[in-house]
Amino acid sequence: MEFMGYRRKTGKVGIRNHVLVFPTVVCSSEEARMISEKVPGTVYAIHGAGCGHVGEDKEQVIRTMVGICGHGNVASVLLVENGCEVITPEVLMPYLDEMGQAYAVVSVQEDGGTPGCVEKGIGIARKMVDEANKLQKEPIPLSELILGCECGGSDAFSGLTANPALGIAADKLIAEGGTAIFSETTEMLGCENVLARRALDEQVAKDIYDAIANAEKTAMSGGVDIRGTQPSPGNIEGGLSSIEEKSLGCIRKGGNTTITQVVKYAEHPTRKGCVIMDATAADVMNNTGLLASGCHLIVFTTGRGTPVGANIAPVIKVSTNSVLYNKMKPNIDVNAGVIVDGEGTLESVGQEIFDKVIAVANGELSKAEALGHREFDIHFRMII
Amino acid sequence: MKPKAILIDTKDNVATAFQDLKAGDNVTVSLEGTDVSTTLAQDIPFGHKFALTDIALHEPVVKYGEAIGLAIEAIKAGQHVHIHNMESQKGRGDK
Repeated sequence: MEFMGYRRKTGKVGIRNHVLVFPTVVCSSEEARMISEKVPGTVYAIHGAGCGHVGEDKEQVIRTMVGICGHGNVASVLLVENGCEVITPEVLMPYLDEMGQAYAVVSVQEDGGTPGCVEKGIGIARKMVDEANKLQKEPIPLSELILGCECGGSDAFSGLTANPALGIAADKLIAEGGTAIFSETTEMLGCENVLARRALDEQVAKDIYDAIANAEKTAMSGGVDIRGTQPSPGNIEGGLSSIEEKSLGCIRKGGNTTITQVVKYAEHPTRKGCVIMDATAADVMNNTGLLASGCHLIVFTTGRGTPVGANIAPVIKVSTNSVLYNKMKPNIDVNAGVIVDGEGTLESVGQEIFDKVIAVANGELSKAEALGHREFDIHFRMII
Repeated sequence: MKPKAILIDTKDNVATAFQDLKAGDNVTVSLEGTDVSTTLAQDIPFGHKFALTDIALHEPVVKYGEAIGLAIEAIKAGQHVHIHNMESQKGRGDK
């Protein structure tokens, strides 16, 4: 199967053709917004990163920024610097040069403060949009599509309807040679053996054990014993009998195929198939990490209802129950609650999600996209 | 018609109630063209599990196609499956 998308000079493919106005630090975020709002055809990011990072954190923030700025959905990027941050455009440029991504830079400190920076930025961004509009879509095999699988605002139906149905859709994409990435390492606790058994080889199995043990250790260093408190009394009252059962309800969203690789937050997989991104369970940070890892779009299951989208990619929302669907219809793309209502099955909803992924890859706007949801947040542990 | 319960994987030996179910209810779950029926021995609240087959002592309770724990007593088809008769192999929060 194929979809109509964009083939970039960077070798990546895209399902959107955004010009991204990207602040390299929180201090120039407003200038990025002011530029973007004056230039139709651009998207922007606001984030709290860019300065005060050290060590692994700094590497992770750089990797995320490079992954977002060089993303297949991004035709070109206007970097908006303040001028004295740790991660200046000069830090990102070698990576963007190496991949062949088109970019330009404007500076608050060097281009005349806010008005000068914004005016110059608007001029450059307009040219970038004109350039991007010349690009034509072409048929691209589904094997090049990367899907992010996410859940947030979960409820008792999440593990019974939307997550297993999303897993079926992920399996279908992988059967076409494509890639599905799921994440949220803390929600894999208790499933080490299950996941390791699905690993491609011993190294991947070891990476799975290490990732889960690390998540537990990190929580413990914050004084929280996440394993010892799971499932919670509320979970038990709701019918969950073990941590394995609770975690399986989460990880089933990534399907049931061989796990080919474990990558870090915002790291690109080098293999296709089912991939784990070892990262936080915070929804928007996780979405950003999935996109920086190369996901072209995200399917996001929700039981309580969360409206979040993303700035450079479509987010498709799947409700776990019909009560939520009826309350938040404008936000929901697919309702897995039909499984509870007897109007659908896991297989039929899995197919519906898969079909929606293809339609959105071909250009159909997801609800979050059409509503203007553009959330973005980079994960890091601390600022020094 | 609204299904009373859901079977998630064909390897599973438990199903999960989609509504509050009563002892004596006959429940059929379907997946990939196969129907499995059982008569409930006990009331099963929404979100809770019941056995589709007999599960022997120390045998795995299977949901999502995977062991979610082991039976700590013999469980009969139709019985409620929860922390009173199954146990995690990974420890439990309230113990």
